[in-house]
Amino acid sequence: MELIVASAVGVLTAGGVYLVLRLRSFPVILGLALLSYAVNVFLFASGRLAINMPPVLQKYGEASYTDPLPQALVLTAIVISFGMTAVLVMIALGAFFEAETDEINMDDPAPAGDEDRA
Amino acid sequence: MTDSSNFLVIIALLPFLGALLPGVMIRAGRTACAWFTAFPTALALLLLLVLAPAVMRGETIHAEIEWLPQLGLTASFMLDGLSLLFAGMILGIGLLITLYARFYLSGNDPMGVFFTYLLLFQGAMLGIVLSDNILLLLIFWELTSLSSFLLIGFWSHLPEGRQGARMALAVTGAGGLAMIGGMLILGDIAGSYKISEILQAGDAIRASDWYIPALILILLGAFTKSAQFPFHFWLPHAMAAPTPVSAYLHSATMVKAGVFLMARMWPALAGTDAWFYIVATTGLVTMVIGALIALFKDDLKALLAFSTVSHLGLLTMLLGIGTPFAAVVAVFHIINHLTFKAALFMTAGIIDHETGTRDINRLGGLRRLMPVTFVIGTIAALSMAGIPLFNGFLSKEMMLDAAHDTTWAGNPLIVAVLATVGALLSVAYSLRFIWHVFFGPVRDDYPSKPHDPPFGMWAGPAFLATLVVVIGIVPAAIVGPLVAVAGGAVIGDAEMPYYSLKIWHGVNAALFMSIIAVVGGLVFLALHGGLNRIWNALPRPEAKAIFDWIVAQVAALSRRVTEASHNGSISRYLAILIVASVALGAVAFGGSGLATPSREMLPVSLPVLAGWLMLIVATGSIVVMHHHRFRALVLIGIIGLMISFGFVFLSAPDLALTQISVETVTIMLLLLALHFMPKSTPRESSGLLKLRDGVIAIAAGGGVGALAYAFMLRDVDTISGYHLENSYTGGGGTNVVNVILVDFRGYDTYGEIIVLGIAGFVIYALMDTLLNGPAARRLRNTDYAQNRSRDRHPLMMVVATRVMMPIAVMVGVYIFLRGHNQPGGGFVAGLVISIALLMQYMASGFAWTQNRQRVEYHALIGIGALVAGLTGAAAWLYNSPFLTSLYGYVELPPIEEFGIGTAFLFDLGVFMTVLGAVMLMLYSLSRIARYAGEPINVDPMDYDPKQAIVDEKGEV
Repeated sequence: MELIVASAVGVLTAGGVYLVLRLRSFPVILGLALLSYAVNVFLFASGRLAINMPPVLQKYGEASYTDPLPQALVLTAIVISFGMTAVLVMIALGAFFEAETDEINMDDPAPAGDEDRA
Repeated sequence: MTDSSNFLVIIALLPFLGALLPGVMIRAGRTACAWFTAFPTALALLLLLVLAPAVMRGETIHAEIEWLPQLGLTASFMLDGLSLLFAGMILGIGLLITLYARFYLSGNDPMGVFFTYLLLFQGAMLGIVLSDNILLLLIFWELTSLSSFLLIGFWSHLPEGRQGARMALAVTGAGGLAMIGGMLILGDIAGSYKISEILQAGDAIRASDWYIPALILILLGAFTKSAQFPFHFWLPHAMAAPTPVSAYLHSATMVKAGVFLMARMWPALAGTDAWFYIVATTGLVTMVIGALIALFKDDLKALLAFSTVSHLGLLTMLLGIGTPFAAVVAVFHIINHLTFKAALFMTAGIIDHETGTRDINRLGGLRRLMPVTFVIGTIAALSMAGIPLFNGFLSKEMMLDAAHDTTWAGNPLIVAVLATVGALLSVAYSLRFIWHVFFGPVRDDYPSKPHDPPFGMWAGPAFLATLVVVIGIVPAAIVGPLVAVAGGAVIGDAEMPYYSLKIWHGVNAALFMSIIAVVGGLVFLALHGGLNRIWNALPRPEAKAIFDWIVAQVAALSRRVTEASHNGSISRYLAILIVASVALGAVAFGGSGLATPSREMLPVSLPVLAGWLMLIVATGSIVVMHHHRFRALVLIGIIGLMISFGFVFLSAPDLALTQISVETVTIMLLLLALHFMPKSTPRESSGLLKLRDGVIAIAAGGGVGALAYAFMLRDVDTISGYHLENSYTGGGGTNVVNVILVDFRGYDTYGEIIVLGIAGFVIYALMDTLLNGPAARRLRNTDYAQNRSRDRHPLMMVVATRVMMPIAVMVGVYIFLRGHNQPGGGFVAGLVISIALLMQYMASGFAWTQNRQRVEYHALIGIGALVAGLTGAAAWLYNSPFLTSLYGYVELPPIEEFGIGTAFLFDLGVFMTVLGAVMLMLYSLSRIARYAGEPINVDPMDYDPKQAIVDEKGEV
């Protein structure tokens, strides 16, 4: 199970990073969405994985629970990342309307010159 | 704290509090403004006098307010002899300057602003001398640089004022930066940031390997502030300030801060060869060079400025010599220099004010025209020259005595000779000040008719001139105790040297040196015309030109660096950021090796495997076909869904609920945005670029995945046991995640809903700006109508959403109510209800829904934050910290038991803010559609069958 979660985080991160490095604003937003999934799952996993142990106290009998703290942190992180995505979308829209293009880089640097620098 | 400690803190605060007054009181007139500037200063001085007797008895008063104890930063103050001396000077001269400035400033100068700056500066200076913590001292130190910048540049319409202020800030600020480093090293060696403890650790500090770096860095700060060679050049340029500022900054305060620091740190740092050779030599060189330049300056203030440089050099040299005797002489000379130099600056200001010029060549003969000014100026200048019966003579004699006993690199004469040369030049420029300004024939070409100023203007310098004479005649009675207690504070535990404050010390070496200086000075004055021609013919470096050149070079360099690194390519910054993060992560990962895994892997079931596969495939597909933007959105939805399933499976029901509802609104948001944007991404990345990004992406993903895998297999100490144990008993809820959100970590949640609310407002504001700019016109002219379904508001959907609306609201309320005990809560409920409302927007269109909206979303955000905040604040009424919760239980039989308590109200605030923010964001985006020519629908659906029936009947 751990391997599954870790690989999912890894793949989401890789996909997110690749999209974030694209040249248009929409893929960058998609990439950031993927990255926020990855980060949220990553944070969640820091509480270690557990099956059938939700942190909801049982009235009767002994029960063991998974770590609730990362869940609380991730819960707000999910909502906040929505807010962040929304702001980004708005900025991207504004930039598109003003500049009539959704390229994120300024014209000066030639895209070809980019590879050797990085 | 005792009364004395309280008084001490009040003294330190008074100037800052007082700084609020002048700006307001200027409305009541200039005199009232000056009175209200003088009031806090006088009050602080009075409190200081109340504390003075104890200090004079040898006590040290401490006051301490904890601030950041973890960093060793406490607001701690102390008042010992040295602090008393300086604080008295700062406040006393501050009062005289306030009086003087009242008459000096013209009606065009904003006096309220001036006095505000003056009090801020006074507070900063006072803070330096009263601090008992070097970190606190550093803060005040920087504050003096900043507030003196404001004062020096007060006449901001003059280019000299602006340039002088910038130069002063650059030089003293740079020195301050160096000093921060030095002080941190010093604190590290001593193991404490408290000055009183550092002073006790002198031996350890001097023995440390880090002594030299700390010493050099601290001295850089002191030398720049006190205008020591080669940093002396800023001081004359600071003369562009109004004269009250010059008189204050360059006699009693700003430039004495460096001297104060050297005196303060004397027990910890002095006494080594390094100290002697750096400090004494710098002081000696500065003394001679400053005096030499002063002799050839024609501007009165420039002459005084360089004489100040020279006297600061003298003080630095005395402290640098390192013997207790020299240190005590330095203290005595600080007092004397203050009295005559402040009086001289004010005299120069009076002359400038009354005659309209400060150029010595255009003055002369003022003896008859301005008799009062003449007497004051002559007394002060004779004291500066070191003529007997005036106080400058006493400390100069003692200085020469100390210099006479000092051997420099095995040479017993060099210090004595140079000190005599300095004294000689000092006599020359002081007498020149008297002779060329006051004596000689009365001229008829003064820019304006000279006469003595009003009493208020000459009262201050007259008082100081009286002090000059009284101290000069009966020094021991007037300042003897103060010199003893302040000198004792400087030398610390060392034994008090023998010294006597009296005019006649018998025939000794110092007397002969003094006689040489006076005679030589007279000769120089007589030869001044010829010497001046030689001086002007000699080439010499112009400090300002060099400074400007350096600044220009640095600016050019930073521009080159900025332009090279900041070229407008966001992709490039991101790539650099990600590569750097991955590289740092790799270094950290490979560092010390991993502990052995301590956890067993959990088993994997088939559905999990299937979900995982879908997630991987969906992610891969997005990467491959992100050019088709709609398709990418669908794939994003799949990923979000799979992650929600994962949360369900891995015991996180709250997260699953949140994720799935956020997913829904996110997709709607992106769909709305996509409506206005190109529907596909052009294929413009080159193969090489793709390859590069692919490599970076795989490295980043691999790193993060490996890190996650590594920590998931190892156990961790968690603080969650506390939350699990106390959730029900302390927070009244069984859903621990929700209790953490609304109770244990309620403050975080409060911050987060505020951030969310701000995000909503930001979007609204952005949209509003956008729709008022050129973008709005462009939108109107764009035709978005192609490919549009003719049935945009279909009957089926309208009916279905209407039916679902109450159900969705009910589910939302249910989720909200049960949130404290079962998965749910304000966040999820807010999102669920947003979705219910959004469905109405989608079904019947923006305008139709908007007409039926009763509550503004802005208000909802505000009310939500207010409810949450007030709930938290209510705890104050019970003397509990913010957000302490109270709770009880209510049984609603058909549903289930739920807690009603403050946490419930807090969660209500969360709910409202989330609902308001989400709706405001999507509403803002939808509003753009109106500008894009979206037709306004008045009917809930495009084709209304009921209407059709009516029509048919009508036809029939």
